Order: sequence, then structure tokens, then C-alpha cells
Amino acid sequence: MNDQELHLRLSATWHKPTGLWGWLTDNHHTTIGKRFIITAFVFFILGGIEALIMRTQLALPENHVVSNDLYNQLFTTHGSTMMFLFAVPVMEGLGLYFVPLMIGTRQMAFPRLNQFAYFSYLIGGVLLYVGLFGNFGPDAGWFAYTPLSGPEFSPGKRVDVWAQMITFTEMAALGGAVSIIATVFKHRAPGMSLNRMPLFVWGQLVTSFMIIFAMPSVMVASGMLATDRLIATHFFNKAEGGDNLLWQHLFWFFGHPEVYIIFIPGTTMMSTLVSAFTKRPNFGYLGMVLSLIATGFIGFGVWVHHMFATGLPQLGLSFFTASSVLITIPTAFQFFSWLTTLWHGKIHFHSPILYSFSFIVIFLIGGLTGVMLASVPLDWQLHDTFFVVAHFHYVLIGGAIFPLLGALTYWFPKLTGRLMNEKLSVVTVSLLFVGFNVTFFPMHQLGLMGMPRRVYTYLPNLGWTNLNLLATVGAYIFGLGSLLFVLNALISARIGVIAGDDPWGGADLEWATASPPPAYNFLYVPTVRDRYPLWSMEPDQPLVTGLATDRREILVTKLMDAEPDHLYETPDPSISPTLVALGAGIGIIAAIFNPWGVPIGFVLAGLGLLGWFWPKPPHKELLEPQP
Amino acid sequence: MRLLFATFQSPLHPAGPYARAIERLWWVFFAITAVIYVLMLIGFALAVRKGARRKQADLSDEATRSGARFITIALSATTVILIGLLFTSIATGRDISPVDDKVTREIKITGHQWWWEVQYAEARPDMIVETANELHLPVGERVKLILDSDDVIHSLWIPNLHGKRDLIPGYDGVLTLTADKTGTYRAQCAEFCGLQHAKMAFLVIVEPKADFERWLTAQRLPAPFPKTADQQHGQQVFLTSTCVMCHAIKGTSAGARTGPDLTHLASRRTLGAGILPNTLGNLHGWIANAQTIKPGVLMPPNPLEPNDLHALVAYLETLQ
Repeated sequence: MNDQELHLRLSATWHKPTGLWGWLTDNHHTTIGKRFIITAFVFFILGGIEALIMRTQLALPENHVVSNDLYNQLFTTHGSTMMFLFAVPVMEGLGLYFVPLMIGTRQMAFPRLNQFAYFSYLIGGVLLYVGLFGNFGPDAGWFAYTPLSGPEFSPGKRVDVWAQMITFTEMAALGGAVSIIATVFKHRAPGMSLNRMPLFVWGQLVTSFMIIFAMPSVMVASGMLATDRLIATHFFNKAEGGDNLLWQHLFWFFGHPEVYIIFIPGTTMMSTLVSAFTKRPNFGYLGMVLSLIATGFIGFGVWVHHMFATGLPQLGLSFFTASSVLITIPTAFQFFSWLTTLWHGKIHFHSPILYSFSFIVIFLIGGLTGVMLASVPLDWQLHDTFFVVAHFHYVLIGGAIFPLLGALTYWFPKLTGRLMNEKLSVVTVSLLFVGFNVTFFPMHQLGLMGMPRRVYTYLPNLGWTNLNLLATVGAYIFGLGSLLFVLNALISARIGVIAGDDPWGGADLEWATASPPPAYNFLYVPTVRDRYPLWSMEPDQPLVTGLATDRREILVTKLMDAEPDHLYETPDPSISPTLVALGAGIGIIAAIFNPWGVPIGFVLAGLGLLGWFWPKPPHKELLEPQP
Repeated sequence: MRLLFATFQSPLHPAGPYARAIERLWWVFFAITAVIYVLMLIGFALAVRKGARRKQADLSDEATRSGARFITIALSATTVILIGLLFTSIATGRDISPVDDKVTREIKITGHQWWWEVQYAEARPDMIVETANELHLPVGERVKLILDSDDVIHSLWIPNLHGKRDLIPGYDGVLTLTADKTGTYRAQCAEFCGLQHAKMAFLVIVEPKADFERWLTAQRLPAPFPKTADQQHGQQVFLTSTCVMCHAIKGTSAGARTGPDLTHLASRRTLGAGILPNTLGNLHGWIANAQTIKPGVLMPPNPLEPNDLHALVAYLETLQ
């Protein structure tokens, strides 16, 4: 069989269904990954618009752009959107798209779970915005502290919308995480032992494990909140034997790892970009991997630093100061490694590396203010002020959004086959950099001047006016930069320069196939001999042959050393996972109004699951006796 | 740099030993992190300059060794600095959280949506002083604040005196503090508590001991009986309209506890929890329709006849 024939056969077998039916049934990882990324960006824009409205309101004291009621809905939705509907899904989306390409396989493990995850996420996100546009958007903050979010102080359905949205979208995150872990462990190309995995893949692996341990905590919490509100379970009602602080523990046990769930993929994108644009392997690969893992572990031991002001005993707090300081060290290692790689590499100045440079200048401030906030006495003064708002935007926008946009610019040719416009990209990154600092740097000072967070207005005689006005101007510059990025992406996807397979001379396997990749990803599954496979590819590099062409067969390898283990058939497109998500979605929305929604959701989702698990007849050749 | 900061609601203008200790710690952290930031940026700029000028990436063993040396030294320095900061922070934390209980008085502060109830504890119930949205402290005395909430979680933050402490319903929080500089300081709720979280402030008035005692004695007295006919009419308005459903005035039959105690309303400096100066005009506006000033506040609009409203305000103005 020659290559052309193989291409035709594989294309037919891995054919992506098209049209509306295709949209509902396709489970290919590139399709699902791209959908996650695009949907997340839609939510990013919505969250950004909310931020601009809030900044407009705060530009002047006693301003009347929005009412306090709407402002509270806006900041709650902004926080929930950016954390739950943008940051986590977009990072997972990039993982779903690129992990299989980077480890050299044709499909994710559990593709139907990904399909289910996407639709759950979509339904959860739409639910939140139906709430906001219908004026029943949640208004108790993205942290929804009880008792404010409880039935007594938040009557109506606003907080229920929030709680159900959380439960549902976090289920989606869990689905993606399970799938990524299985893929990374069992689908790697032969020769890609664990110690040869690209750092980005390591980041996705660590992040996915963190999701598996962190998300259940918030799902339990939001579930308990929903039952408190719906059927009076009193989990968080002190008067009936419940406890308010329980909510905060459960929420922050998720909430702090969440930061690293967003930040770890950001750092590994940094490593990818730094190495790609210096044409040099990252310094201290082993240390980098251990840093990621250490961050993943320590990230679960710092949650109490969100609760320093609650009056927990001082001695206990000191331990959380120590762990919060400790977590700086792995990140410091990564920083020093990047500097060393830049020093010893040959830097090629393209727009993606400019995003990395912004990361270094911006994130470092966030990291250092993080050390300040780890200190109990300083936190007592700075907690819940604009200083903290500045801090975490420096960490999350600096540490995740800048590398994300850089990585998207870098991977854009792989996603679309065309390069993003370089000049526009340089303008974009400049606007974002300036806008970001003008917006958020003054907030440090506002915090030190006593301005608390989550206020819809402030009095004119407090001296906060000028800095707030400045921050608002910066926000519009940042908004312009974001808009330019989206426009650049939309235009370049149509008329950008054709990129070819490997426009950057990248090191990882995603560049070893066409741009955008064919439905079967690789004509022949590659093999790998070191950490930067394309930089060390030999002319006689062996390829994997013998995979079935008439069904979606993939090679499963062993966990540690990626030796070939067995062949496995991945599922065809199917509507069932979509139906399960839809059924569960109907149940979870109905449960906002009536407890009967829960059993109804179970039955509907169960019907979908019947289709999902309906046995498939084995292939003919497997039934025939082997010679 | 200090000049840039507002003075009466800022952690960087301490008026007590605890806030001063935290301020010192802040400047230590600020100086060290600022130096680290500058050093890192210089290192980054040098690395970029070096990397930009190379013909090609240096993959030699010597590069690996020197890189490893740099990372080892830099990481060790980071660790040492962090441990130093950690212990500095813990030492400050110990200084500002005294374990002994030697205080001159206990003051109970209860958070409400969206105002502050302040109660000066006394052994004899008739000596208890109750006020709202204003905390008077004698200078130089160590006092213990007992913090509770009547509804949702609030957070007490008097940045010039100490860090913040949450008011959690059902938990008795404790904050011990001393003010050693007389003056008026502003405090504001720091935990999101609903619609009017932004407008839940209060004033802390630190005064010489004699002035404080005079104030306390005056606050213990019940409201005087109104003198003029207008004021007497105002009292009747108060006692026969919706006011009396929520507010108390000692010395009258008004004893409701939903809203702030008004026995000495006229002696307070602000209205609506630290958001308006307590003037005649503002009091008129506040009573007539507080919703336009503080939308969502639990005080309903009071559509009184103009002469009733004037009489009511005239009466309230006697509550010194």
C-alpha cells in the first residue's frame, strides 16, 4: 500500500462528520479541542465586556453607569466566567488539541467523554449567561460565601444558577482531565518514555491530576449549597448545627489549586516558547518537571491563606504562610531556567516570544506580591483590598493569559494552516502590555490607600479618584489589544500567509504532520528517541506500521517507557454523549426549581448512557480463526 | 511615596503599635522584593541581549555547567531570602497577637447589613453604652473588640490601627488593639456582604482619656424630654410612625433593635454608616428616602408631611 492509498483509506476511516449532525456527533480530539478554545474565547470576550462596564462604573466616584444590584451580578459573573468558563476550559482545550499531536497518536483516550464534557461545559456556560441577561444572574461573588449565598440572604434563584453552573462545568473539567491523563499515560508514541515527554504535556498531566483532586471539593460544596437552598439541608447554617466556615474550607481547597491549574499550563507554554524561539532545549528538564509536580502537590496545602482574617489560631496560620512561601521555590526554578535558556540560546524575535517576555516582566510582580500576601500580618491589611485584585490579575493574566496568547500565536498555523499577521501581533502584544500595567499597577496603591474590593462605588473625598480613572483608561487599552488579537485571528485564518507543516522549526511532534492535521493526525505513527524529537530526527527513524486502516485503531504503549503494548479501537462518532449531556443539563436546570429535577436528570442521562454503552459487534476478522 | 497615600484610611499611616509593626513589615517586604525584582529584570535583560547577539544556540557542556551553577546559586539565594522573610513575618505576627488578656475594656461590635452596632460592655446593664457606626477609643488604652455578626459575614478593618478581622455569625471573633495617636480614622467593611457592601463604613475617634470618659458618660444618659412644641411634635411623629418599628431611643417607649440605636444620634458625625456628614439637610433627605442615597438599605422611604418631617428632624437634633 503506498502513501496515497493509505491516506485515502485512513481519511475514510477517520472521516469527521460534517453539518449539524457532525457538530453533535464528532468526537475527534482536534474538533473538541478547537471547540473548547473558541467557546472559551467567546466567554473571555463576555467576561472582558463585564470588566469594562465595571471599570467604567468605577472611573469616577459615586458614578451611576450601573446600579449596585447589576454591579454585583457583573463582578460575580466576571469572576465565574474567567475562572470556570474561560481559563480552565481554554487550557484543557489546548491540551485536548495538542497533547495527542505532541505525543504522536491519532486520538485521545475516551473521546466520547470529551464530547460529553464539551456539551456539559456549553450548557453550564449558557445557563450562567441566560441568568445574567434575564436579570437573575448570580450576585454573591464567584466565591459565594455562606451565609450571604444561603437561602436567607439570597432569596430567588440567582445563586442556584451559579451553584448548578459550577457543578456542571466542573464535571466537564473532570471529564477532560481523566481523558488527558489516560492519553498521556497510554497513547505515547513508541520511545517517548516519561522522561522524554514535552514539558507542555507534563504540565497538562499535572494539571489534570490537580483537577481530579480539586474539582470534587467545589462540586461537593456547590451541591451542598444547592441542597441548602432547595431542600433546607442546613450544611452551612450554624443555627441548625451547620457551619459557615466549612464552605470557605471546601471552596478554597479547590480555589487555590485552581490558580495553579491555570498557571501550570501557562508556565509550560512559556517553556515551549522559550525553547522554540531560542532553538535550544530548556535548561534543567528534570528540575522543570519536578517543579511542576511540586507545585501540584504544594498547591493543595496553601488554601488557608485565603482565610487568614477569619480568626483561625495564629500557630496554624504560620504553617500556611510557610507553605505559601515554599511554593515560590519551584516557580523560581522555572524562572531561572528560562533566563539560562535565553542566555545560552539564539533568540529569534517573533511575536510569540514577546508574549513570553511580557510574562516575565508582569508575572514576577504578581509572584512577589504573592510572597507579601503569604505573610499573615501583611495579609490582614491587604486582604480583600484592591491590592489583591492587582496581585491576582498580575498572576493570572501575566502567568496564564500572556503565555496563552503567545502559544496560540505560535500554534495558530497548526490550528488553521496559516500564520497570524506578525505586524498586528506586535501591535497587539504592545497594547496588551501597556494596557495591562496601566490598569492593574495603580490598584496596588489603591489597596494601600484603603480601597476594599467588590465595591460598586466609593466616596469622592477618599483620594481614590485619579488612580481609578487611570485604571479605567488602561482597561480600555487592554480591551483594544484583546479585540485586535481576536480580529487578527479571524482575518489571518482566512487570508494569512500559508504556513506549511513546520513554520517555526519546532521541536515537538505536532510539527511532524500537516497544518492543520488530517483527521488521522499522522500517516504513520512516529517513534521518538529523545526529548526534542524533530531536532534529532534521523533519516532512518523507524515508523509504526500495521495499524488497521478500516477502523479507528490506535497503538497503546506502556506507562513508563512507552513500549508498544497492544492495539485498541477507539469509538466512532455517536450522538449518545451529546444526549447524556443534554439529559443531565435538563435535570440540573430543572433542579433549580424543583428537587424532582435530579431524578429526571438521572433518567434522561441514563437513556443516553444506554446508547453510549450499547455493545458493538466485534470485527469480522476477529471472529474468524487466525491461521 | 508616603505623601501619595490617603491618611485617614490607610495601613501606611499607623496610629497604633500593631498597625505600626505591620507597616514596618510592609516596608521590609517592599524593599526586599523591589530589589529582587530589579535584579531579576537586569538578569533578564542581560540574558535577552546575550541571546539576541549569538550566532547560534550554545549547546556545549560548558554552557550546561555554567547554567547549572547559576540556577543553583540563584535558587539557594531565593530560598535563604524567603526563609528570612518567613521568620520576619512570623515574628511580627507574634508581636501583634498578644496572648495575655490584659485589656482595659471590652467593646462588642456587631455587623449588620449594612451598619455597625457598637456596645461598650459594663457589669451593670444600665451602664452599657450602645451606639452605631462610630467607635470612640481612649488613646493609649488596650481594648478588646468582640466581633459578631447578625446576618452575613462582614469584616472589620481599621487600617490605621490593625489588620482586618472577619465578623462571622455565630463565632465570637476577637481583635485586641491600642490606639496611640488621637485623631479620626475611617474604617470600611472588607468582606463582600451584599447590596451595600460599598457603603458600610464607620469612624473611629481616638481621643484623650478625659474626653473619652466625658463622651461615655454622656452616652449613658437617656434622651432628654423635648423642650419646644415643635420638638415634642417631632417625638410624637417618631413614636407614631414607622420609625419606632426598627429604632430605639432610650427614655422613650421606642425600643426596637432592628436598626441603629438613636438615643444620641445628634452626637454622631455621620449618617447611613459613614457615608454622609450628619447635617440637617442630609438627615431630612435620609429620612425622606434613604433608598436614593443608599439603594437597597433596609430603611424604607418615609413619606411624611413636610411639617411632620421638619418636626421629626428638630426632635432628632436634640438627641445629643
